[in-house]
Amino acid sequence: MLEKILEGPRTYFVWLLFLLLCIAGCGLVYLTQLQEGLSVTGMSRDVSWGLYISQFTYFVGVAASAVMLVLPTYFHHYKKFKRMIIFGEFMAVAAVVMCALFIVVDLGQPQRMLNVMLHPTPNSVMFYDMIVLIGYLCLNIVIGWVTLEAERHDVLPPKWIKPRIYLSILWAFSIHTVTAFLYAGIPGRHYWLTAIMAGRFLASAFCSGPAILLLLMLLVRRLTGFDIGEEAKKTLATIIVYAMCVNVFFYLLELFTAFYSGIPGHAEPIRVLFFGHDGHMLWVSYWMWAAVIMAIACLAILIPPQTRTHPTLMPAALIMLVAASWIDKGLGLLIGGFTPNMYETITPYLPTCREVAVALGVYAVGALVLSLLWRVALGVKKETGHYTD
Amino acid sequence: MNKSRRSFLKVAGISAFALSTSVASSLSATAQAKVAPGSYEKGASALHAKRWAMVIDTRRFLTAKDYKPIIEACHRAHNVPNIPDDQNIKWFWLDSFEHAFPDEMNEFLDNRRKRASYPLLCNHCTNPPCVRVCPTQATYKMEDGIVAMDYHRCIGCRFCMAGCPYGARSFNFKDPRKFLSNPVPNPAFPTRMIGVVEKCTFCAERLAVGQMPACVEASGGKILFGDLADPNSTVRKALAENYSIRRKPNLGTQPGVYYLI
Amino acid sequence: MYNAKAVTIGIIIFVILFTSPFWASLLGKNYTESGITLPAREKECVESAEFMRNKHMQLLNEWRDEALRNEHRVYVASNGKKWAISLQNTCLKCHKEYTEFCDKCHVANSVDPYCWTCHLIPQGSKK
Repeated sequence: MLEKILEGPRTYFVWLLFLLLCIAGCGLVYLTQLQEGLSVTGMSRDVSWGLYISQFTYFVGVAASAVMLVLPTYFHHYKKFKRMIIFGEFMAVAAVVMCALFIVVDLGQPQRMLNVMLHPTPNSVMFYDMIVLIGYLCLNIVIGWVTLEAERHDVLPPKWIKPRIYLSILWAFSIHTVTAFLYAGIPGRHYWLTAIMAGRFLASAFCSGPAILLLLMLLVRRLTGFDIGEEAKKTLATIIVYAMCVNVFFYLLELFTAFYSGIPGHAEPIRVLFFGHDGHMLWVSYWMWAAVIMAIACLAILIPPQTRTHPTLMPAALIMLVAASWIDKGLGLLIGGFTPNMYETITPYLPTCREVAVALGVYAVGALVLSLLWRVALGVKKETGHYTD
Repeated sequence: MNKSRRSFLKVAGISAFALSTSVASSLSATAQAKVAPGSYEKGASALHAKRWAMVIDTRRFLTAKDYKPIIEACHRAHNVPNIPDDQNIKWFWLDSFEHAFPDEMNEFLDNRRKRASYPLLCNHCTNPPCVRVCPTQATYKMEDGIVAMDYHRCIGCRFCMAGCPYGARSFNFKDPRKFLSNPVPNPAFPTRMIGVVEKCTFCAERLAVGQMPACVEASGGKILFGDLADPNSTVRKALAENYSIRRKPNLGTQPGVYYLI
Repeated sequence: MYNAKAVTIGIIIFVILFTSPFWASLLGKNYTESGITLPAREKECVESAEFMRNKHMQLLNEWRDEALRNEHRVYVASNGKKWAISLQNTCLKCHKEYTEFCDKCHVANSVDPYCWTCHLIPQGSKK
């Protein structure tokens, strides 16, 4: 099946070339980071994690979100997702690759990274995070490839794949739960010390991941004519809107506990995120308000069934949903965790250009993996005539 | 795939797995066996304790200036670089009461304490979150209560910095040697390298040769250091006779640095 | 097999190229000695020269772990002599000539240990 990556229209190859150029350019920036250390980033002694780890967190969510297709298909025998499920699984593969790369670029001594395996440390959540991410990557590659191959030969997938699929469903929940535990078990970081962190992570993953998938599938339909089907689109949009409602609800729970209890530690990070400090808004405050507005707007479009699958309103709503969840998890989570810092003062954090470039390079690698894998899937779909209803 | 090929692959797979696990287990066995023909022991003059702890008598420091020689002694002894921006390295530093003890907030705190500076350093917690989160055991707790660092093993993930509620850890964003004099202040002590996390070590290397920590030595009796498990130690006596506080005690980390205020 | 001839020739060329270092060493002259300079005054190291040559890296790793993790900062050599465990203050005290000692073998063997990013090379023998 691998030969399918070499087949495609001109635009496909131009796109690959573009991605390779991006990766090369951003790779050069990463080389300067290797030389000069993480001093090229905007991180500091007080804000010791930044854009890299937040992107890692966000894409663990995207990876986990494949389960929103797998679970209805295999637990509830929902047939309509059958045709697109492979795209969810392959997107999970690309997302986990990105997660791994975001961790690597965040390390101060990346050449020692295997110390995590040489000196396994069961009391560190990072150890489990490594295990669950590697496991999830393997599961999705195997499941995706085997089921696609079976589809290509027009046979049923081998029996042994079934237990692995069920395992992958549980595993998807585990990867994001463990990622939440990275944060939620740390004493003294008020914004993170909340039992609902894992729940919030899963809810935001299960709306943003499928939203990204649905947006990309709409793009694929325009580019190649592959159609996931009207029914699948409707169901996916319903899943997305439920998950987003839960996501917003969980955030409101945080606000209640923080502000009704009046405990300064709990309220302060949220206040800083939305209102800045000393009467000055931080740059992230504007983003947070934008996220609030976009979250409300996307729910306003997606909740009424009339507009939920509207051909132009839905994509706009999905884009706003992805942006809102990205700001919440990809910016607010980390900045809120580190501001105020351990002395209850403010150390501002702003990613540098080089930091953003390295992150974009990782994005490009993810896009490349995704493009190649989806090319294979699309090739098989075309060959077997599973392109449209 | 025909039957025989499949069974062959199965057997091959299982045997490859068995082989790799046996190789791995023999590797880890050799890793534990000693290489050296000799043996190891503690230094004859080393100071021992069940639980090292520090008591800082902040009442006897009148201004921030009084701490200066102590900070210098620490930073000189350990070749701590002086980096001017917020990617800096701190082992022993000063901050206000409000920032050092944010849980003791009181708008009407008396002027003396409001204006005073308080020395901050690693608390060498009994229950250290940094050790809990480190994925490589690069930071670990020794049997005498000191939370130590192995810079060789640190991968620079900075999980410990997120975990430490006291902001006691510094990451080498830059090559520290660029910010040190040449030759370095203490040629008998190593520097650190770029990309690893560092912090105060309660001068484990000095205790091993019978010396008190550098800050204690430079304080002229204003900082006490001793065994918290020994009721007759200087620290226990000082704690028994004076009112003391610790930083963020409600987090359950059990800091080993006490402040007489 | 398709193109059996070309493939076989290709495999042969690959095998020859891949094993070329062995052939080169068989045909070539004896290896050259690295020519390290031993400390002028000191005659004995912590262990025998042969042991140190083969195992100094493992020994240093073990020293590091014993000193840092177990507070065992004294090494009792097999001849009973006691040494303070310290790369910087024990090893380099005798082996002052970094370029003439450590570097000689490390460079010849393309080994680049990161000891010296933290541990200080005695002044005067800096790279």
